[in-house]
Amino acid sequence: MIETKIALKNAGKIAPDSLSEYESVGGLNAFRKALKMEPLDVLKSINESGLRGRGGAGFSAGLKGKFTDESMCRYCGQKYIICNADEGEPGTFKDRAIMENDPHLLIEGMLIAAWAIGATTGFIYIRGEYTDSIQKIQRALDNYYTEAWLGKTFDTDDEFKLDLEIRLGAGSYLCGEELTLIESLEGKRGYPRIKPPFPAQHGLWQKPTLVHNVETFAHMPFIIENGADMYRQYGTENSPGTKIFSISGDLNRPGNYETEMGVSLRELIEIAGGMKDDIPVKAILVGGAAGSFVSDEHLDISLCYDSMKKVGGVFGSGAIMVLNETRNLLDFMADIMEFFKHESCGKCIPCRVGTAQLALMAHEIKSLDKDAVYVRLQKMQSEAEYIAANSLCPLGASPIIPISSFNQHLKDKI
Amino acid sequence: MHIQDILVKYEATPDKLLNILHDIQNQSEQSYISESDISALAKYLNTTKAAIYGVVEYYSMFSAQPRGKYVIRVCKSPICRMLGGQDMLNFIQSALNIPTNETDAEKLFTLEVSECLGHCDKAPVMMVNDELHVNLTPEKIDSILSQYRQNKTKKL
Ligand SMILES: Cc1cc2nc3c(=O)[nH]c(=O)nc-3n(C[C@H](O)[C@H](O)[C@H](O)COP(=O)(O)O)c2cc1C
Ligand code: SF4
Ligand code: FES
Repeated sequence: MIETKIALKNAGKIAPDSLSEYESVGGLNAFRKALKMEPLDVLKSINESGLRGRGGAGFSAGLKGKFTDESMCRYCGQKYIICNADEGEPGTFKDRAIMENDPHLLIEGMLIAAWAIGATTGFIYIRGEYTDSIQKIQRALDNYYTEAWLGKTFDTDDEFKLDLEIRLGAGSYLCGEELTLIESLEGKRGYPRIKPPFPAQHGLWQKPTLVHNVETFAHMPFIIENGADMYRQYGTENSPGTKIFSISGDLNRPGNYETEMGVSLRELIEIAGGMKDDIPVKAILVGGAAGSFVSDEHLDISLCYDSMKKVGGVFGSGAIMVLNETRNLLDFMADIMEFFKHESCGKCIPCRVGTAQLALMAHEIKSLDKDAVYVRLQKMQSEAEYIAANSLCPLGASPIIPISSFNQHLKDKI
Repeated sequence: MHIQDILVKYEATPDKLLNILHDIQNQSEQSYISESDISALAKYLNTTKAAIYGVVEYYSMFSAQPRGKYVIRVCKSPICRMLGGQDMLNFIQSALNIPTNETDAEKLFTLEVSECLGHCDKAPVMMVNDELHVNLTPEKIDSILSQYRQNKTKKL
């Protein structure tokens, strides 16, 4: 399989700071078309495309839009739209590729979605470390304002208009979780809110809010311009479209590659130039730190939201971290556990104490002999299960994912 | 820049808080948010000093304690570590003669670690203030540090 591009279709082909270049390759055609459609038909089209959120959970974008739309009648009150550009999942750097190379595309996607649900104010929440993305997005926003696409009332029945601004994160992984992001956007510490209610009902300032990942918005112009059927020609039945994979580790050409959903790990390794120095693969972590391990026996799994479930895993953010035969898996595991320890916000005791405990155990086992390691790994798994069952937010439920998949697939390869 | 000169650029709404804190810290020669900044900001946003202080303490990019003019943040997430990140951290520690989370005697550099900086395809990586440096090697780090040493402004 070769690369197939929707979100990165203009990347490297046009100057990212030029709205006119963006328009010269068909930019804004989709939004112009959307404005002539009924908002409900825009939503319908997104729903029929089968687009699933690219932030990790893979929830139907059509349904999320519908819930946000229906939670309050159009212009009965304020609705918000938020782009989640906090990209903190280790091994993930795909949103950055969109923001740095084609920021106008992301914003066009937000215009379409805002029109569909009747949101008039929006924010792009970008992680504070992404200096380049922040500058590129700001420039693109300025362009849209100058050319009166943002901040301008359109000639529609309900006088639609959208204002968009950047808000910065400041080094908290947890703030990538949508409700925590909203807390952060409200100027507070990043402690999660209890779900439900979901942002579609009670989001920013308790108003209905549509939150999507950067890549999700970047698919909307294609869907509106070309139709849901065309979009569905890419990818698989249950995971239509394309996906950007952030490929890192022991490869010749690590980087971002966009392919159809359903691509296999073997194909992705090939696309990324093959294994460095031809050393065979030992393990792959799919989906980030909160992702699942697979081994060299799984290279032919087709990657989509469903197939990973069959091997006890999750699909996640699109991070593909490749480890060759020489790598020490226990070191890698310990670094992952350190990550969760660092990012636990400390609000619930099982997660605060438990993630520290897991990190400690992960370091301890590095010096044990194999049989003892197996016993301790099992202990880590029950500890992680306990944390998952007794924590408030999804971060507490994350360490179990790499640990259990490690135990399932990599035990013999330590 | 004086704190009031920064504040006037922003509307006094709570959602601006993180943007303002970044701005204050970026302008500070010691890369931190001082108690007087926090007081001024609390007054400006009509909230308590404790609320602002809580936010500063929560987010790992912010500091309420003075740091060096340049804050180095070395990525310690799995891919960077696997591809030599720990060696780079050790190298910087000895080059600056400080452990992690300390500031050197000249108050020029503070050394910190960070989780994944989103450039794993160019690991190992680090940031110095808001500037990114990738594919690190000891030689490269030497030259980066000396460039910052010679530099008068906060950015290269
Ligand atoms: C701990 C944690 C961190 C997350 N970080 C991100 C992130 O950095 N970017 C992102 O888009 N979604 C992240 N998510 C998922 C969001 O909560 C949310 O599902 C997503 O923004 C929805 O967008 P989508 O519908 O386009 O997938 C995170 C979730 C959790 C639990
Ligand atoms: S599960 Fe962990 S990260 Fe989530 S609220 Fe509880 S302590 Fe915080
Ligand atoms: S692991 Fe270091 S940048 Fe991602």
